This record gives sequence, C-alpha cells and structure tokens, in this order.
Amino acid sequence: QFNRSNATPWICAAPLAGGVSAAAVRQSQNRTRMGLNTGHGSSIKEVPIVTFKWHHVETPYLIALWILVAGLAKMVIEANHHVTNVIPESALLICFGFILGGMVWGADKVQTFTLTPTVFFFYLLPQIILDAGYFMPNKLFFGNMGAILIYAIIGTCWNAASLGLSLWGCHKGGAMGDLDIGLLQYLLFGSLMAAVDPVAVIAVFEQVHVNEVLFILVFGESLLNDGVTVVLFNVFDAFVSLGGSQIDAVEIIKGIISFFVVAFGGSLLGFVFGLLVSLLTRCTKNIQIIEPGFIFVLGYLAYLTAEMLSLSAILSIVFCGVCCQKYINANMDEKSVSTVRYTMKVLANGSETMIFVFLGISAIDKTIWVWNTGFILLTLLFIMVYRFIGVFFLTWILNRYRLVPIGFIDQVIMSYGGLRGAVAYGLAVMLDENKIKEKNLMISTTLIVVYFTVIFQGITMKPLVTWLKVKRAAVTELTLIEKVQNKVFDHVLVAIEDISGQIGHNYMRDKWNYFEEKWMSWALMKPSVRKSRDHVFSVFHQLNLKDAMSYVAEGERRGSLEFIRNESAFIDFKKKFGDEFSEAMPDIMANMSDDHGAASDRRRDPVPSVSLEMHEQTMKGMRETEDINTHHLLQQHLYKGRKQHRHRYSRSHFDVNKDENEVQEIFQRTMRSRLESFKSAKMGVAPPKTISKYSKKDQQQKMPNGKSLDRSKSYYSGDEDFEFSEGDSASGYDASGSTFPMRVTYRAGAGIENPAFMPDMDPMTPIQIPPWLMEAELDSGMVAPSQRAQVRLPWTPSNLRRLAPFRASAQSNDSFMLADAPATQQRDDEELPPPPSPPPPPSNRDGGYM
Amino acid sequence: MGSSSSSMDHIPNAEELMQETGFSAAHLLRLYERFEFLDKDQTGELRPEDFGAIGGLALNPIGDRIISAFFSPGQETVDFPSFVRVLAHFRPNGTNRTRNGTQQEPVNSRTRKLKFAFQLYDQDRDGKISRAELLQVLRAMLGIQVTEEQLQSIAERAIQEADLDRDDAISFDEFKKVQQVSPHPQTPTKETPLHPTEGGR
Repeated sequence: QFNRSNATPWICAAPLAGGVSAAAVRQSQNRTRMGLNTGHGSSIKEVPIVTFKWHHVETPYLIALWILVAGLAKMVIEANHHVTNVIPESALLICFGFILGGMVWGADKVQTFTLTPTVFFFYLLPQIILDAGYFMPNKLFFGNMGAILIYAIIGTCWNAASLGLSLWGCHKGGAMGDLDIGLLQYLLFGSLMAAVDPVAVIAVFEQVHVNEVLFILVFGESLLNDGVTVVLFNVFDAFVSLGGSQIDAVEIIKGIISFFVVAFGGSLLGFVFGLLVSLLTRCTKNIQIIEPGFIFVLGYLAYLTAEMLSLSAILSIVFCGVCCQKYINANMDEKSVSTVRYTMKVLANGSETMIFVFLGISAIDKTIWVWNTGFILLTLLFIMVYRFIGVFFLTWILNRYRLVPIGFIDQVIMSYGGLRGAVAYGLAVMLDENKIKEKNLMISTTLIVVYFTVIFQGITMKPLVTWLKVKRAAVTELTLIEKVQNKVFDHVLVAIEDISGQIGHNYMRDKWNYFEEKWMSWALMKPSVRKSRDHVFSVFHQLNLKDAMSYVAEGERRGSLEFIRNESAFIDFKKKFGDEFSEAMPDIMANMSDDHGAASDRRRDPVPSVSLEMHEQTMKGMRETEDINTHHLLQQHLYKGRKQHRHRYSRSHFDVNKDENEVQEIFQRTMRSRLESFKSAKMGVAPPKTISKYSKKDQQQKMPNGKSLDRSKSYYSGDEDFEFSEGDSASGYDASGSTFPMRVTYRAGAGIENPAFMPDMDPMTPIQIPPWLMEAELDSGMVAPSQRAQVRLPWTPSNLRRLAPFRASAQSNDSFMLADAPATQQRDDEELPPPPSPPPPPSNRDGGYM
Repeated sequence: MGSSSSSMDHIPNAEELMQETGFSAAHLLRLYERFEFLDKDQTGELRPEDFGAIGGLALNPIGDRIISAFFSPGQETVDFPSFVRVLAHFRPNGTNRTRNGTQQEPVNSRTRKLKFAFQLYDQDRDGKISRAELLQVLRAMLGIQVTEEQLQSIAERAIQEADLDRDDAISFDEFKKVQQVSPHPQTPTKETPLHPTEGGR
C-alpha cells in the first residue's frame, strides 16, 4: 500500500517537511565545522590558557539561548494575570516575538532566526501533539468521533475548496490586481490555509473553559484534519507541478485514495506504536529510571516513521498517545507516570512557547513581505465566512443524527474557534518558489491570517464566550454515587439494546470494552495491575485520597504550631511530611480536576497556565482509564501520610489521660486501629511460609470476621497480625514480629478491626471531637490554635471514616504492595520514633520485636 | 431484521400504543418483530426465560434486574403493550416535544428515565434505596477482587454523598438530585438506543 503510494510521484513529492531544511542551522553548522577546523588544524605557537571558541558552540548555544529567552518571555507574560486574563498568552508571545525580531533585525539587518519548517515539524510540533494524544479524554473523543471526523474531513475540504475557488473568482473579477496565480495554486493555498491549527486551538481554548463537548469538537477537528491537510497539500502541490493539462480523472482518484492511505495508514501506524509502547512498559520493571523515556522516543519514532512513509505524522502520534495512555499509566511505576505527565507538559508547553515567539519573530523580515490588500483581506474574509458556513451546515446535518444537538451558540464558538496557526505557516514556507511565483505573498497572507486569528480572535474569544453565555466546563465534584449510577446506566442501555435487538452505539462500545478488557488488557497490562482495576473503586480511591490530602494539609497547619514546642517532632514532621506532601501534590493536581479544598490554596496560580489543566478539566468524569494512576498514588501516599498520623496520634496519646476520658480514648483507638490496620494489611503481605505457621489462628479469624473463603492468603495474614496486636504478648511473634515493627500495641481489647463497624461510632456525639481538640483540652497552652482549628475544620468522624478503607485498598493490590513492602518497611524501622516517645503499653511493644 | 410478514395490522392497539409511547409506526413494527422473535413459543407473551435467552444479557451484570423491570410485580409474563411501554422509557427525549408537548409527563421524560433506573436499585419498592439494596447492585457490578469490606465502605460513602435527609437511604428525590447536580458526562453522545437513526445499523 505504502509502496504504491510512494510510487506515485505526487504523493512522495516531499514528506511534509523533509525537503526543506533550516538554512540558518545549516549555515551555522558549517561555521561550527569551520570553527573546529581552525581550533585544531592551525598550528599554534604557544599553549593557550583561555581561548574564546564561539563558533565551536554556536548552534547548541543559540538553541539553548532561544529556549531560555522563550521561557523567560513566558515567565514575564505570566507574571501579571490581569493582562493574561484579557489577552491570551499566545497572542502576547507573538507580540513578544515581534519585539525580539525587531531587535534582531535592528542588529543584523537581516532576519537570522525564523521558524523553519524542519524545526517546526520535526522538533517543535511532535511533543505538542503527543501531549494532546496522551491526555486525550478518550471516551469523549471517541464518543464524538463521528462529528469530529465530519468536521475534520468534509469541513477542511470545504474550507480549502471554497477559499481557493473564491479567491480565484475574485482574481478573475480583478479584485486583486495583477497576480501570477492560477486556479491550482489558489487551491493549494486554500488547502494550506484550511486546517484549523491544534497548537493555536489548545493555546486559546485552554484559557476559556468552554464545555467539554465543544472543546473536543474543535480540538479533535484540529488534530484529525492533519490527514486531510497533508493530502490536500501534497495533491495540489503535485497538481501544480504537473500543470493543469495533465490532471485527469485517474490522478484525482489517486488523490482520493491517497487520502485514505495517508489518514488511515497514519492512524494505524500510531496504533501499532501505541501497542508497542504498552508492551514495552510491561517489561521495564528493572529499568524504571528510564522507562518514561520510551514513551517519548517511541512516540517520536511513530511520528518520524509516518513522515518517512509519507503518512499523516500528526495522526500517527495522536493515536500512539491515545492508545498507550491507559496501558502505560497502568504498567509503569507511579513515579514514572508522573514523570511522563510532567515531561510531556514541559515539552509541549516549551514548544508551544517557542512556536509563538518564533511566529512573531518571523514576521520581522522585509524580504517576505509582499502586500496585496485585495488578496489578504479577501483571504481573511473568506476564511471567516466559509468557516461559519461550513460549521453551520455540517452541524445542521449532524444535529439530525445527534441525540444531543449542538446548540447555536456552540456553533458560533466552533466557527469562531477556527484558528490558523504555525502548521499553515510551516506549509506556506515549504512552498516551492519556482512553481509558485507569489510564494511570499502567500507567506505574508498566512502570517496575517495567523496573527489575526490568534491575536484578534484569541482576545475576543473570552468576551464572546461570556457574552453568549456559552456553557462552560462544569466544575463538578466527582461523586461515587454518580459513578455508580453512570455505570448502571451504561449497563441498562446495553441491556435495552440487547432486548430491543438493536446494534447501536452502546452495543458497539460494550463489545469493544469487552474485547479490550479481555484481550488488550491481557496482552498489554501487567497482571498485577490488571487485577486491581475497577472504575467505581478508583473513584472511591480518588475521593479517599482527596479526603486524606485535606486531612494531612489540616494537620500540617495545626502541626506547625505544635512543632515550636516539640523540636524532635518538628524535624520528623518536616522530613517525612514535607517530602510526601510536595511529592503528592503534583499528582493530585494532575489527577483531580476538581478544585480540592485544602490543596487549592497551595496552587497560587489562579489561571491555569498549562494546557494540563484544560485537559484535566475536560477529562473529568471520563477518566476511567487514567484512574489506575490515582490508585497507585493513593497506595503510596496514603501509606506514608498515615505514618504521620500515627506519629501524631501516639504522641497525642501521650498527653491523654485515658482513665479520665475514656470516650476520647475510644475514638483515638479507633482511628489508630484503622490506620494500623491499613499498615498491618500491608505488612501482612508476607511470604506464604510465614502465614502457614499461624494457620490455626487463621481458622479462628475467618469465622468471626465473616470472611469468605475466596480471599487470598495474604489477606488472612493481615488479619492475623491484628490478632496478635490485640493482646498477645511476645508469644508467637518471632516470625511476623520480626517482619514488621510492632506498633500496633495500643489496641488492647479493641476487637477485631472491621470497617463495617466503624460507622457505629459516629452517633456517639462525644466522639465527634477531633483528636486535636481533645489534645487541646488537656493542654491549655494549645487552646488558641485548637479553637482556630475547630472553626476551620470540616472534620467530623464521618469524614475520617472514609480513611478506613485504605486497608482494604491495600488488599486488593497485594502484589503491588508486595513489591513495595520491603523498602517501606525498612524505612519504617528507620523512621520509628525513639522508644520513649510512644510509650503506652511498652511491654507489648518490647515483647513484639525486641 | 426479521420477516416482513408482520404488519401493523397484527399489532394490537397499535394506534393507542403509538400515542402513548411516542414511537413511530416503523419503530413499533420493528419492536413487534423483535417481540415475536423473542417469543419463542408464540404465546404472545414473554417470560423471563425468553429474555434470558438473549446472549448479551447473560453477560450483563445487572441483566436480571433489567429483565425484572419489564415485569410488573407478581406477574410472570409481559405482553407486547407492556413491553413497548417499558422500552418507551428509553426513547430519546427532545424528539417528541412537538408531538405531545401538551402531555404532562411523557414516558421518556428525564424523571421517568431516572425512575426506571431508581427502580433497578429499589427492589422492595419502598421508594428508598437502602444500603443493602445499593450493596447488592455494587456487588453485581464490581469484580470479585473487591472485598466485602470495600463494598461496604463504598456503599457507605455513596449513600453519604446522596443522602440529604440523613435517613441512611436514598430516596428518589435525592437520587434525582445527584444526577442534576452534575450532568451526565456521556449525554453528548448518542446514548439512547431507540433513536430513529440508529435502528438500521
């Protein structure tokens, strides 16, 4: 297939950007080589102590410098949110580019630095698109796939044809004077101007939080129309080369076929690479440190391979990201996932910044500017008008088939959001001057269009959205009950389709899910993570995590006052808690799109500056696949956070006189037992041989707890630990006691820990006093902070109760925990507070593992 | 789908049904064919076993509940009009605004749809989803790797979220609120099966 398409002369004409290379870079490379030669070749008379070798480092130095400058520009721009609230960052960056370009022009009298297609298509674009694919809200994307494809394919063709033909018509009518442009060249120009640009769309739309359907329609269109653009551009480019006389029906049919080859071939290639990445991350257990690298390298290879085969590179890398996101998030270590997420964002944001700055710089170049009022203004006019017509017409058709029609206002925004950007510019620069005499006019027009759409439409987008009262992205809390219900609805709809004998959307999705679950997950996911996936459950985790986060945050706020008194605790706290928290935060930010109470105040940035947030917003509610990440996150961070709790509780216990205040003690004990049970469950994942020693106890345990028999062995061992902790002293502790530090001692007579019973504690009002309040009551010195805490805290035990199931979560993932257990345990030993600090029943403790 | 032997004449009370449910004649005909197809022993009524014979339904974790939703309490069979009435819940709303906009509560209104879903939980039909009832649904829907404790706490938390009057159960009003607070994220797509354009696929 590919061979055939390559054989046809006009498809393989030039892989999108391959033919053109960066003149500036090449030049400086030559100079570099020269520099090397002079440095080593010439005979020297004495040993130089210091030599100044600018040419030796020029190219990389300049690149690094530009990156730095672009970064600084973004920093300056983002420093003032009053400005960015009105003018989108992309527009400001372009303006900054103007200034920089002016400075360079003033110094050199020639524009040394422009955005060359090679740099743009090979080094700046791929990471942005990979990022888009990787963070793609899959369900939303595929749910609206039909509409997106219609807009991307028919809409783009319509834009190209209408613009080209209209300009040609106007030309014939004499509206733009004497230009040497034929019909085919107009069509070529139309095809490069037709595509909505993903980079510009992301940049503008991330700051206006429109509703997710609208966003995905515009964004999806901008991504997928690349296939169409590439084909149209190549086809018309070839037509221009062939000349009008040689174009016959066969060539046109070839063009149509090439569209399918380019688009589907590119997507398929991306899919294959996505599977490859997923498979690869299954086996990277021992090289976790470099596993994030695979994602980027293979993504980039997907892009380059598609480029090599003259397929749609953008489609390829998008689908690579889309396909692998679920599996790599599940397969990789949680830290690697964060690394990937962040590197992705760093690269994408960096490139985006560079692109806009260079778009600005490119304008300051006398040589490219050719002004033709008629041509430029008509282009602008036609682009707007035909975009509106196209969107409205296609939506009108689509709305007849859509269950939820796209509203009028959404259509306006969609039309208005048809931004052109660097892709169009890159294509324009790639035009062949020999074939197209008016290349510079086309470049200037493209630049004008880009500036107009990005700056003018970008600035007016937000007021327009506000003015039209476009439905915004609803920032809603993802609740568990809702998740459950959505799941139920899904099942019901599938069942109804079954009963009514229809094969519809739900049927297909169900079949796909089944296939995906059964085969793809099997092949692409590690067995350990495959087990622990459950959507409802992961929401449950997410919510728990959120609770825990705010709980910890509150603890920190309160704790900081205490630490003034208690130096050792301060160090301890800082060391452990600080690390964990800062480590946990980014993940939470990435994972939880909703505004989380205590955590949000750490986020000083009121306006999301990264496309990350936008995506996350969009993804909310349909991130079923990504939740596994949270799952892992929860395991790790809660576990560590819990240690902090334990530490505090044991210390606070120090103060509490339990004889006097038994109720408080019960509460504390409950809390501790929950936390400890989590710990024990984790530690209980001991080698089977340890468990077998206590099989008798297992039997006893099983019945009272009402555990069913299909539980895993390790689960029992978890419970078994509880039993020991309950009251037995040293006896029988030699085995398991040595495997985990015995800190569970403060639970004499607490009974078997069972979260199901926890709720019973709630109705007892005295218990509802949070532990720190109790502390405060006993310690008069603490009254003031505790009162503040009392006012501020949303805590009730019912909130805390949510913490209880952490233990359960540990069980579901025992293999995951198993891998983690030894290391953590070691840390435990190290971090174990010095013996005097948690004194309560020391006999037990000593008996435990001394 | 099916033979073309059956026509509108065979369907009892076709006109009334169309009025009541808002299905078009073509829909009704197709559903009738489907009904006859499911009705293996040609009694004109469907039994739970007939539903059970549908392959996909066996894989559906809450398939049994959905089947039982077709049967009014105490009845063993469902005839065609009742069958259609139940299915009418799933007609997309919005398409019948003009046709029977005057009608107070069309069967496919949002409330009725939610009511249908609500009754899937509420097996004892006391108008409340108790914790036990929620737990049953959860148990059906979550894999076996989720332990009983986890289920308990999920159910616990889910009830907490929705339970506004603190009676430890979810009433229909509370149920409705949950869905109103945050719109169903999937609604933009063509969810509902009995959409006119999807029938032919």
